Amino acid sequence: MTGDINIDSAFFLKYLFNPPAIVWRGLWLTIWISVVAQALGVAIGLLIALCMRSKHGWLRWFGRFYVWIWRGTPMLVQLVLIYTGVAAAGFYKYPDIEIGPFTFTGPLQAALIALSLNEAAYMAEIFRAALASIDKGQFDAVRALGMRPYTAMRWIILPQAARIVIPPLGNEFTLMIKGTSLLAVIGIRELFGTIQQLNAATFRTFELFVIAAIWYLVLTTIMGFVQKRLEAHYGRHDLPANAEIKPSGFRGLLSGQR
Amino acid sequence: METAPLVSLRDVRKFFGNWEVLRGVSFDVQRGEVVCLIGPSGSGKTTLVRCINHLEKIHSGRILVDGQLIGYREHRGRLVEDSEKRIAAQRQRIGMVFQRFNLFPHLTALENVTVAPVRVQGRRPADVEAEARDLLARVKLSDKAGNYPSQLSGGQQQRVAIARALAMKPAVMLFDEPTSALDPETVGEVLDVMKALAEAGTTMIVVTHEMGFAREVADRVVMMDQGAVVEIGTARQIFTAPAQERTQAFFRALR
Repeated sequence: MTGDINIDSAFFLKYLFNPPAIVWRGLWLTIWISVVAQALGVAIGLLIALCMRSKHGWLRWFGRFYVWIWRGTPMLVQLVLIYTGVAAAGFYKYPDIEIGPFTFTGPLQAALIALSLNEAAYMAEIFRAALASIDKGQFDAVRALGMRPYTAMRWIILPQAARIVIPPLGNEFTLMIKGTSLLAVIGIRELFGTIQQLNAATFRTFELFVIAAIWYLVLTTIMGFVQKRLEAHYGRHDLPANAEIKPSGFRGLLSGQR
Repeated sequence: METAPLVSLRDVRKFFGNWEVLRGVSFDVQRGEVVCLIGPSGSGKTTLVRCINHLEKIHSGRILVDGQLIGYREHRGRLVEDSEKRIAAQRQRIGMVFQRFNLFPHLTALENVTVAPVRVQGRRPADVEAEARDLLARVKLSDKAGNYPSQLSGGQQQRVAIARALAMKPAVMLFDEPTSALDPETVGEVLDVMKALAEAGTTMIVVTHEMGFAREVADRVVMMDQGAVVEIGTARQIFTAPAQERTQAFFRALR
C-alpha cells in the first residue's frame, strides 16, 4: 500500500524553507490583522465590561445584549453578514479607505470590524470577571483617597485586573490568530487563503497544509512566549522580596494551548 | 471661631433595609482632639466612621467637616446627594485607615504613599516622593520603601496605610479598627505610630477594641450600643466612673 503514498518532499522543503513572496505576504496579513483586531477587541471589550458595571440600567442592559448577540452567533455568519450581506442589502458598499500609505480594501474593513466586535464580546466577559474579582477594599481605598473613577481605574483597578486578564487574553489571541483563517471566505489572502490559492495551482494539498499548520504553530508558540513574559511582569508583586524574576522558558509553552 | 468643631455629627440616622444601624448619633470633635469609639460588635461604630467620608450614605441628619456638609448639599430646604466630583474633593481632606489595610498590591510601599498626591492632587512627583520618604520614616519603614505589600507583615502594611492617608495632608484621620486584623505581636508597633500622631496634634477618630490605647491616648471616648451613643466622656471618666449601666456591663464583659 505504501506505493500509493504521494508526497513531494522536494516541493515541501522548498515551500517550507524558501516560500514564494505571496506566502510571506499572507503570513504578514495574518499577523497584523490578528494584532489590530485583538487590540480593538480589548479596547471595545473593556468599554462593554464597564457598561455592564454601570449604575445605569440601560447601559448594563446594552452590555449584556452585546455579549449575547456576538457570542451566540457563529463567527462565519457574522463575517459573511457584515461583508457580503451589508453590501448586498445596500447599507454600505465598502469603498477602499486610504489612511496615509495604507489602503483598507472592503474585505479588510469588514474583517477588522467583524473580528474586533466579536472579540470584544469575549474580552468583555473576561474583563467583567477580572473586575469582579478585585477586593472590595480596593474600591473603598481609592474612594477614601478622593480618586475620581477614571483615575482609580487607570492607576489602581486596571493594573490589578490586567494581571488576571493576561492568561485568558493569551488564549484569546491564539484563537484570534487561528480564527483569521476564516477570512478566506470573504476573499482575503491571509495565510490560509494564500495556501488555498497555491493548492489550486499545484494540487500539493498535503504538503501545503502541513506547511500552513507549521506556520500557525510558530505564531501561536511565539505568542505563548510573550504571554509568559507578561505574566511574570504583572505578577512581580507576588514574589518574595529577594526572588529574581525568571521567565519559565519552554516549560508550559508547549502545553496548554487551545 | 476657635471653638468651632472640626467634625460635627448631628442626629445621623442610617438604615440597612429595615434595620436602623445609626439611630440619631450626635457629637463633635474638636481640632487636635483624639476621640475613640468603643462598644460591642454591631453597635454601628464602623458604619459611623464610614459615613464621615461618605463611603456610606446617611438617611437623615448632617455631618460637617471643617464647616462643610459632607456628601450632601442643600437644595430647596432638602438635602440631596452631592456630585461625585465634590464628594471626591471632600474626601481628600479626610484620611482613612482600614481594618484590612487595603494597600494597593501592585504598588510598592513608596508608590502606595505617592500615588494619590500625584494622581489626585496633581503634585510634582519629586516633591511628593521626598515627603513620602519622610512619612515612611515617621512610621519607621524607611527600609521598606521598595517592598510590595505582599512582602510586608500586617503591622508594616498598616503603617504604610497610615502614611498613605497622611500623604494627602488630611484635616482629620479616621481609623476603622486599625489593629483588629493584626497578629498580636504587631499590634504594638501600629499603636505606637498612632500614639505619636496623637501627640503631634493630629485630629483622630478611632474605632477600637484596644481599651488600653483608648484609655491612654483618647481625649474623649464615645460609648456606642445598638446604633446609638450610650455616653460620651473624657477617657478618665469613662474608664474609671462610667455613668451608664450599659457601659459598666460592657467593661465587665471585657474582663
